[in-house]
Order: sequence, then structure tokens, then C-alpha cells
Amino acid sequence: MTRTCDLLIVGVGGQGTILASNIIGEACLLEGVPVRGSETHGMAQRGGSVESHIRIGSSHGPLIAVGSADVIIAFDLLEALRYSHYLAPGGTLVANLGMVIPTSVFSQDHPVPARDEVVARLAINDPCLIEAEGIARAAGSALTQNVVMLGAASLFIPLSYESMRSAVTRLVPEKMLGANISAFEGGREAGGRCGHTARMQGAG
Amino acid sequence: MLRAQTQLPYTLPHSSSYILCHLQQTALFLTLWTYRDGNYHLDGAPTLTSQDFTMERRYLLGNEAIAHGCREVPVDFVTGYPGTPSSEVIDTLRATECGDMYIEWSVNEKVALENALAAAWCGLRALCTMKHVGLNVAADPLMTSAYTGVTGSLVVMSADDPFAHSSQNEQDSRIYAEIAQLPCLDPSSVQEAHDMVISASALSLELGLPVLFRPTTRICHAKGDVLLGAPKKDPRKGEFHRDPRQYVVIPAHTRVLHKKLLAKQPLVKKLLVEKGFNRYSLAGTTAVVTSGVTASYVDELLPPGVSLMKVGGYPIDETWLAHFLDQHEKVVVIEELAPVVEGAVREEAGEVIVHGKKDGFVPREGELTPEAVAAILEKVGIPPTRRFSPRSPVGGLPPRPPILCAGCMHRSVFSAIRKVFKDGIYPSDIGCYTLGLQLGAVDTTICMGASITIGSGIAHTHDGRDIVCTIGDSTFLHTGIQGLLNAVYNGASMTVVILDNRTTAMTGHQPNPGSGVTACGDLTPQISLDLLCRACGVAFVETVDPYDVPALIEALSEAKRRKGVRVIIARQPCVITARKSGIRRGTYMVDAERCTGCGVCLRFGCPAMERAGEKAIISVQCSGCGVCAQLCPTGAIILGVAGR
Repeated sequence: MTRTCDLLIVGVGGQGTILASNIIGEACLLEGVPVRGSETHGMAQRGGSVESHIRIGSSHGPLIAVGSADVIIAFDLLEALRYSHYLAPGGTLVANLGMVIPTSVFSQDHPVPARDEVVARLAINDPCLIEAEGIARAAGSALTQNVVMLGAASLFIPLSYESMRSAVTRLVPEKMLGANISAFEGGREAGGRCGHTARMQGAG
Repeated sequence: MLRAQTQLPYTLPHSSSYILCHLQQTALFLTLWTYRDGNYHLDGAPTLTSQDFTMERRYLLGNEAIAHGCREVPVDFVTGYPGTPSSEVIDTLRATECGDMYIEWSVNEKVALENALAAAWCGLRALCTMKHVGLNVAADPLMTSAYTGVTGSLVVMSADDPFAHSSQNEQDSRIYAEIAQLPCLDPSSVQEAHDMVISASALSLELGLPVLFRPTTRICHAKGDVLLGAPKKDPRKGEFHRDPRQYVVIPAHTRVLHKKLLAKQPLVKKLLVEKGFNRYSLAGTTAVVTSGVTASYVDELLPPGVSLMKVGGYPIDETWLAHFLDQHEKVVVIEELAPVVEGAVREEAGEVIVHGKKDGFVPREGELTPEAVAAILEKVGIPPTRRFSPRSPVGGLPPRPPILCAGCMHRSVFSAIRKVFKDGIYPSDIGCYTLGLQLGAVDTTICMGASITIGSGIAHTHDGRDIVCTIGDSTFLHTGIQGLLNAVYNGASMTVVILDNRTTAMTGHQPNPGSGVTACGDLTPQISLDLLCRACGVAFVETVDPYDVPALIEALSEAKRRKGVRVIIARQPCVITARKSGIRRGTYMVDAERCTGCGVCLRFGCPAMERAGEKAIISVQCSGCGVCAQLCPTGAIILGVAGR
């Protein structure tokens, strides 16, 4: 089986894209699959738009080309739209319904983007939308939204449930382990409900 | 020595997977290593014996992989000045290696390089890290270090930043190597970065020359599954052997040293080919010549039947290069930044057709991507193995640039400066506070320390407007002091605001002489910026709390009334370090009854401040600085949750 997947994780600096990338990388190690990636470090992290490229099963360069991401995980709804041109035809977009309004909107008095409008613009990509904050809070901490999103996307990534769960266990802080595992499970359940079964791992 | 409780900015280690060399690993293993004399060898790295065979594979950031390579050498002596994308090498090492290595954050790159050079003169294995523009600061010792050479080893890591993701320019460190006549290694992947830093140290030892090591952003901040060797412990003690003909570069000595350096060049070129840094495969009459991370894109896209040359070391052996070119009719050189490889290829090309940057086939600026490389191949008539569908980003989205944090003291200072010095000129500097551009309070930024010197330069032109410079504490200590001294000495009239958050925030909160701790967490005298400025001859030096808006306005107003060089030190810890050290100032809220929706607080630009309908609200991001409460004209912003 060829197991390659170009995965793009996008969000806002501080939302935990780097931890998410490390979890995917660790799961790849556990399965003996090569992996490459590239991410945003430095000042761009200060509340700016950030992207993390992960190429599961690749031994080549670290960057995903525009129009070729098999899966995009967006930790923020607006960022899902900003990076949607990276999605390959037939690729899967898993997006958090939560949206952080950019400060530029308020300081420069631009109209506040409405959630419904962003969802409507994303519709062409047939996204799997996840109410991550609610699931994270139910799991015990709003800070676990990144792991909720990983759980939801885990259905579309060619890595086993066991490896992903085990990678989460290895990489999150110990005192947050329970919440993160619940977050992962809650996210996976929500991902299963969004009606993209045809694209799920093993089904295609 | 006392060891302080410091928080290292980098959480390590990642959990790791130990995987023995089974079939798949062995395949990769054999592409990197050659077997001879009963052992595996890698590019001049120490010989592996069977006991080293429990190798470890981990998913690491390029800079973490480089740091791990340093453990395997093992390097004894590490210096550097933080700069994106280089900073995580030292941050990784200082998290675990302070007992075994000497590690310092130096005050600037010149200082860092001279310290490391001294260690390498004393026989130690030294590493000095910086970003590409830091190499400009360190260029003075670099040029002559090639003449003196080293007795131990010295690897100078200068991280280049194509596309200027976090930099003021797109210069190419390889050109420095050419000017200095030093070998330069140029990795194309995270694995190669790890292997090459080990090789660079060995090469430096073998040649008696410093070696420049130049990863780029897409190596330093790329990630990959990396096969690591075992860290080694090999405590060494330095010893300086007096040798004035080597270390005192008076004209009589330096002329001889230059001749010796020139005489080494043929050996350097030969070794870089022999050790496999420069290599090629032959197939057909068309060839691609590439280097750095671009090689990984080419590797994925190159169809069969095309020759490939990969350059990983400079200088390139001309005879070897000419021999390769002679076997082809057409060559395309694909590299990032300056046309360094292309220049060498064109010199040896003769009748061979060469495409590259100089004839517009490859872009001269920015970084290359898989799409860009595919387009270049297509243009020269090589069909890429993958084609990418051009899709444009959607329009009409509000931008989300990086922004000063909620509660960042810089925002308060910029707001006060604009209030007091309405028609002022605002030279600024390199740091988080360059984001003050968004607040209309940054008029110039060119390089480290240049706020004060650009300010004094403008002051001497008789422009007549007030000049207010902003510079961070770390940047002031890096190269700001000389500018201040010069401004006072030459009678400039200007105000300098030192934004003193007691850390090097932008690059990940590395300590500096104002922090009171070293890179390894040892307590050290906390430098007094006030006394330092007074010693430079500044008569008016005021320290203020930037969260106290009336006091800040008063200090700036007093500075405005005076002549000569005036210094205001605005001091508050960086909000990120404050939060990590347990400071909780509480949070503010808006009393909706009193809020008139005037928008003063929203225009302040704090990310915690949002609009809901006609009124302002404060989000959970609030860190409790209280500045907005002092700005609100109706007193509608009040403390919601008290601090503790």
C-alpha cells in the first residue's frame, strides 16, 4: 500500500500547530513511515496566520504545493478559507467552526467577517466542520482544540488510530493527558459524523 | 556559581522512538554511508563501530537535528547571537548540554565569532551560530580567521532566509565564504543538515580552517525523520600555544598567511568532491545542477534521462565541473538566492548552453517551491514528473499579520510617542517592536542598532523635526551603544526610547546582559542601562513604567522640552515571560453602560479588544496591563478580575 498524504495544518499563532505537527510526525515514526515537514517559527507566530506542512510518506522536499494538499486541517475557520487554494481536487478540508477575528478588523474598522458567510464560501470544498471548542470544553480544557481537530482529521489520514492515539499520549504534558485523550476521541467521533465516509482511510 | 530557576523557551525532548536498523532504515543508511575497512564511513565523520549501531530515528526540526549533530561530534564550545532562523540550535543545546559544553549567548555576532575562534585556536571543537545578516556583523573576524586558521575546529553556522520570512534582506552567505576563501557546506535536507554539521567539524579539523555552514529557513525550520547517532562525551581542555606568526596578523605575517591560504584551495576543492558533498549522476545530454533545499524539489520532479549534479560544498572543483559539463549540450542551474553555482558553471561552460538566473529562467529573488521548480523544468524542456494545478488564493479576507501581544508594553510606548511627538520622525530597530509599523510609529528600520544612528544622521541634516528612536534592550546592547556614544559625542539632538523588556523576545526569549542570567541559567550581574547611558555622556536618562500612562507621557514631554541626547528607558517584562513566571495582573472588562462606542480603545490595536455591535468588549486574551482603561475617555474600562 502506498501511504502518502500531503497534510497542511493552518491556524493562528499560538493555537498549537507545532504540537499537532509533532504528533503526526511521532505517529509516522511509530509506523516506520518517512515524513517531511516545514513550519512557521519566529515573530510570525505572534498572533499571525501560520501554516505547518507535513508530507506523510515523503522522502523529498518539505513543502506542499498549492492545489496539492490531500488534507487540510484548519484550527480557525477564516484560515481555512485563506489556505483553501492548497487543497488538491478531491482533497479533504477539516475545519474548526471557531474563528478568531483578526485585530486588523477592529483597529482599522473593517466589517467583521460573519461565520455563515465564511462557511458559505468554503462550501465548494465540501468541508468537514467541527465545533472544536465545545468538544474541547467537554473533554476538560478549551486548550485541547488542536487535539480535537487532529482526532477529527485522523479519519482521513493514512495513519492508524492506535499510532495517532499513542503519539498524543507521548507528546502532551502529563497533567493534560486525560483531557487530550478525551479531546482526541471526541474529535474522531465528530469527524465520523460529518459525512465524508467515502474518503475515510481504508474505504477508498 | 548560583544557578537560577530559568525557563528555557524550548520544551524538549520530544519523546523518541528507538528503531533498530531494519530493512527500510538500512536502505537509507546505505545511501548516506559507505562501507570500507569493515566499517561504515560518512563524509569524514568519526568511524562507526558496532556499538554505535543502536541508532535512533526522531522527528526533529532542522535546528534540533543540527544541535544533535553537535552532541555527536561532540562540540565543546558554543557561541552565537539569536536570529531567525538560527536560534533553536543553541536553545536546544542549552536545554541539556550546559554541563558538558561551554555555551554562551553573546552580545553580538562579532563577539560570538571571536570567542569561538579563540576556543578553536586552543584546540577545542567550536560552533558559532547566527543568521545571515549577523554574518555582516561578524565579517571582520571571519575574513582574517581564514588566514590564522584553527588548531581545533570551528563551524560558523550562518542561516540564510530566502523570501526574507523574518529578515531585512535576502543576502547569500555562500558569497562570504568565497570572499574569505573558506569552505562552505550547504545542506539539502534535515538529515543532511545533521550529517553535515558533523562533517563540517571534521573538515575544519582536517584542513585547519573555519568552515561556514549555511542552512536556509526551509532546512532550519523544516522537519523530518532523522537518523541520529549516539551523543558522545569527550571532555577537552583548551590550551593556547603562543605563535605570533599565526595569530598576530601584522603585514609581515599576514602576507605569508594569505599565500598559505591560497595554497590550500586546490585541496579544499578536491576534498569536497572526494567526500561526496559535490556529486552527480549521468543520464543523457541535458543536466540539472542544483544545491540546498532546491535539490529536494528537483529530486522529486526530475524525469529519467536527465543528468543531475548536486552541489553541497564550496568552492567547486573547476576541473571536475568542466568534465561534467563537457558531457552535456544543455544545463539548467536551479538554486536559491545569488547565482553562486551558476557563476561557476558559466565560467566552465564553453559551448554548453546554460540557463539560470542570469538569463531569467530562474527567479533571482524569493524562495523556490515545488511549483516554481516544476515551471522552470518545463520552460527548459524537461517534463517534470508532477504538474501542479494553478489555484489562486481567495480574495476579500481581512489580513492577519503578526501583531504585538495583548498587554505588550511596546504598544503603550508607541501610543504615547505619537501623542507627545505628533510631527516627530520615528527611526526604529530590529525586534518585536518593528511591528509598531502597524501603529504608525516606525519610520525606518535597516539593521541592528541603526535606530540611533539613523536618528542622529537625520538630526544633523537640520530637518528640524523631533526625532524619537525606539530600540529594544537586546538590540541596544548588540550594536546600539556605539551609536549612542557617537550621537552624544557629536552633539546630536534626539530622544532615544529603550524598550527594556529584559529579554530577546522576538527570537524566543533568549537572555541578554540585562536579564541577570546566562544562556545556561547562571546568575550574572544585571547590566544597568541607566548607568550605561550616563557613562556614554547622556545627561537626561529617565526610567518609566510604560503601563503608567501619565508617567510615560510626562517623561516623554520632559524629554521633548530638552536639547541634546535624551534617553527614556521604558521597562516592563515581556508579557510572555511575565506569564510564564507566574505574574497574573487580572483582566479588564468594559462597562457597557458607560461605553459610548467612540473606538479609542479599538484603535489602540490590542488583540484583546474587540467590537460587539456598537460597543467594545475585552476577550480572554487580556493580560491586565490596564493601559486601555487609562485611555478610555469615559472610564468605561474597569478591572474585572483582580490580579494575584
